[in-house]
Amino acid sequence: MTTSTRFYVGFLVVALLVAGGLSSFASSAPDGLDTVALNGCQTVQTAGGEELTGECIARNATDHVTAGSPLADYSLFGGDGTVGAAGIIGVLVTLVVAGGLFWLLRRRGART
Amino acid sequence: MTVAMHMSDGLVNAPTSLAFGLLAVLVLAVAVSRARADLDDRTAPMAGLVTAFVFAVQMINFPILPGASGHLLGGALVAILVGPWVGSLCIAIVLVVQSILFADGGLTALGLNVTNMAIVGVFTGYLVARALRGLARRGRGGLVAVAFVAAFANTVVASLAFVVEYAVGGAGGAGLATVFALMVGLHALIGIGEGLITAATVGAVAGTRPDLIYLLRQPARGRAVTGSAS
Repeated sequence: MTTSTRFYVGFLVVALLVAGGLSSFASSAPDGLDTVALNGCQTVQTAGGEELTGECIARNATDHVTAGSPLADYSLFGGDGTVGAAGIIGVLVTLVVAGGLFWLLRRRGART
Repeated sequence: MTVAMHMSDGLVNAPTSLAFGLLAVLVLAVAVSRARADLDDRTAPMAGLVTAFVFAVQMINFPILPGASGHLLGGALVAILVGPWVGSLCIAIVLVVQSILFADGGLTALGLNVTNMAIVGVFTGYLVARALRGLARRGRGGLVAVAFVAAFANTVVASLAFVVEYAVGGAGGAGLATVFALMVGLHALIGIGEGLITAATVGAVAGTRPDLIYLLRQPARGRAVTGSAS
């Protein structure tokens, strides 16, 4: 393998390990934006699931159009413990979409 | 609540979302044409991998306060590694994949999220890194320090972009002063994490393939040369 190929393979392996393994240990607390959006509200359990009470920005949030996607919420069909698998799929899809676009856009026969 | 890292639909009204959507499309169209000059047989695969890496690392929420977390936005990271035009496309692709496949970040909020992270975040990171590129060229320590500072800035300024959008067309629920104070305060903490991740990643690339770092290929003085199409 050339140095470039070795480097690229190594980079991809790191991304796959992060998305496939480390993701299971990620904090499940709301992120910065969500914390701000939820500020002022309480989450209560109801028969219909979790609901927000009080006054906050997140009360205005509407359901996601693709909430029914098999990969919604970084899971496979909503299954427990599937975040790593969903992450690996996401890394590969992102690589194909981005890599494909950038490969098509590149200067051909460019000086290096 | 569902796992969400980006703005949902409904937080900002439809006209404002549409306006920022149009802005995002325009800037990304310019980015596509400008990115060509920065992409060749060597940098195109690098840009694809950087995009996949940002997707992966954005999944890793790290705790910042009890009950609150943060995650990488990636603006300075992509700007330093692949340049601002290619970099804005990297982050935009991550946001589109997250929104469509992972139901993270509303579809009508995509223009807002792209504006904040792929445009404001990336260009803030780039401008800071470019201003400090003399230090970045002095060795790996300098480069890593520049990466940290640029990443901290991209996080805080991207969070301000949300405050602007909320000020223009927010659906309500909280006062602007509170939103401003909380966004900046939380993102100053998140910016430290963003800085550490960006510094570690840029440092690792510099240790193996410094020739693949866009910032180091720019001339030390004067206008950055983005290359000319040949």
